Amino acid sequence: MKLPDLMELAVRNLRESLLRNSLTTVGISVGVASLVAMLSLGIGLQQLASRRLMKSGLFDTVVVTSRRDLRNFGHEEERSGPAPGESRILDESTRQEIEHLPNVLEAYPDIRFITELRFEDKAHLTMISALPESAKSNDAFEQMQGHFFSSDMTAEVVIQKTFAEELLGKTPKSGLDETNVALLAPLLLGKELVMRYAQREASPAASPSAGKDTSIPSGDKNLAGAAYSVVSREQKLKIVGVADLDPESMRGPTRARVFLPLKLAESLHVMQPTDLREISRAATDQPAYSSISVRVKNPPQIRAIEDAIKKMGFNTFSILDATRSLQQFFAVLDLFLGIFGSLALAVASIGIVNTLVMAILERRREIGIMKAIGASDGDVKKLFFAEAGAMGILGGIVGVALGWAIGQAINLGTNIYLKQQALPPEHFWAVPWWLVGAAIVFAFIVSLLSGLYPAARAARLDPVQALRYE
Amino acid sequence: MGTLGSSIQNGSAAIHAVQLCRHYRMGEAVIRAVDGLNLQVRAGEFVALLGSSGSGKSSVLNLIAGLDHPTSGSVVVHDRDLAKLSREELAGYRLRAVGMVFQSFNLIASMTLAENVELPMRFAEVERGKRDSLAREALTRVGLQARMNHRPSELSGGEQQRAALARALINRPQLLLADEPTGNLDSRTGTEIMNMVREFNQQLGMTVVMVTHERALAERYAQRLIFLADGKLVGDEANSVAASAARIEPSGREAVLP
Repeated sequence: MKLPDLMELAVRNLRESLLRNSLTTVGISVGVASLVAMLSLGIGLQQLASRRLMKSGLFDTVVVTSRRDLRNFGHEEERSGPAPGESRILDESTRQEIEHLPNVLEAYPDIRFITELRFEDKAHLTMISALPESAKSNDAFEQMQGHFFSSDMTAEVVIQKTFAEELLGKTPKSGLDETNVALLAPLLLGKELVMRYAQREASPAASPSAGKDTSIPSGDKNLAGAAYSVVSREQKLKIVGVADLDPESMRGPTRARVFLPLKLAESLHVMQPTDLREISRAATDQPAYSSISVRVKNPPQIRAIEDAIKKMGFNTFSILDATRSLQQFFAVLDLFLGIFGSLALAVASIGIVNTLVMAILERRREIGIMKAIGASDGDVKKLFFAEAGAMGILGGIVGVALGWAIGQAINLGTNIYLKQQALPPEHFWAVPWWLVGAAIVFAFIVSLLSGLYPAARAARLDPVQALRYE
Repeated sequence: MGTLGSSIQNGSAAIHAVQLCRHYRMGEAVIRAVDGLNLQVRAGEFVALLGSSGSGKSSVLNLIAGLDHPTSGSVVVHDRDLAKLSREELAGYRLRAVGMVFQSFNLIASMTLAENVELPMRFAEVERGKRDSLAREALTRVGLQARMNHRPSELSGGEQQRAALARALINRPQLLLADEPTGNLDSRTGTEIMNMVREFNQQLGMTVVMVTHERALAERYAQRLIFLADGKLVGDEANSVAASAARIEPSGREAVLP
């Protein structure tokens, strides 16, 4: 029998026992809906997590350190390449070199130092770090009170909530709810902090004009520019933002709670711990960086860029491995959600088998007649297959729509809940097009498989007995 | 048996059964529904299979129709040994070589008459346009052109059997097998149906094998009467009455056949 004829007969037969076939189709729909709902929750959560992680800047960043920095992040010993004592220094020229590597978005020095900040005549000691303009899109700053630096050179700071609490003398009591950052911010925004720091200043004695100075042995000429003096300075800074989240949570104990614009921090020439270490090597008056953060265009390119930087003779660190295990986690989560979702579809497929087996009993005579007038086993089999397939496709389409609706409803409900908890709304439900297609195809295939046994049974029916059956 | 011998010699054999057996097992007992039957039917012959119920006449018909497999022996129809055909080949044989009518009409209740009549052509993969016109033509031939879009339940028994006849003819088979075709009809309608069957036999040259237990009906229409009892052939006589009746008795309607 030709396909259009087959489909026409199948649809006609389905319409004959409309109620029963509708109920079976509804069963498939519910199964598909639960599958779609589960999987779109899994996909949505994954998208939410990766969106969050991308914004956190953790997953597209490589931290580059000098091999001379023996306290590096590296969990594995670097055995290849030059020995630490002969390796290169991280300075401005290497920063530019790294920035010109393919797929690198930007490379900026990590400037961080512990220093004293005075607020209303009280001294507070904390870690300060400098941020490039691109950090504006980090979600820790996206939802902060106040605003990000107005430019890369203005004397402004963004402070983290715990430091804000310290400034206001509000130590959070354990066991209580966290302080709402919206209450702290108005007391601090626009106020001034005074930062006391050690500035590294090129020493007059180290200038080339002082070459005649007999105190410097002639054999050590290459050390000529390495001397400098350290001067204590003060810088006034305006508080423009108070961040609720901790943008440097991954750095653990070295994380900063006060943030400066990068260009401003560079211009201050703050004394860095590495300055002491590199003093024996630095031939120029260019400062050496303790580390450089490299942002890549796409997280998958991290490995290649890390390799390229390692070849240049530096140590690198990224949490690519962490993303990998995260992906694995979501793969497993999706699998489990998929299995739970499929359970309902499995139940529905038993419904198809039941409906079709009932239909065989009911239409026994009809099958006998069809065989008597020349239908082959294959024709009968195909007819039952077509009926199962039609129920599957219809159930799949209705099910996808239903699953989508359930997802929307849950999304809406959760966002109402989040709103009540004064949390920003989230979109953790995603029904990608491939899932729509795959769910319908899956329902179709499951239905065909369910039709396998009834169709074979109908095809094997003995026409003589079937015709005798009243 | 002399008559049988002479009639075979006069024409080619449409059906040739040799030592045909069909045994069923029912618990311990073996039922010999057909038991060593030898039978030849000429092409174009109108044969009636007579016998009481349980004599095996319907079983013989099912074997000739290719609906059933013989336990032993062979049945050859138009040079096809049905016992040697696969299920698929048997379906093709039923589709193209055989038309069947039944006592209970066996139209599909959910389909209109037109759909019932064109159903065999769907299995034969005839294209839709041709199917529609042939179904219309066949229904017109049996006088049901006005009832094409009715369902079987909306028709009388006679009309249903006429539709079943139209369906049996739609793929132009050489063989028409009728199992008690008038069993569910009153005598006037039965006559109408039988006249049509005779028209098909005489004007289209179809071989007709009809199962009946009414001797009178058989004598009126069949050229040859075959008697069965306990699955065995117990009598085979030429019927001179039918041949003359066909000429004398006015047909229920004018022949609409080509």
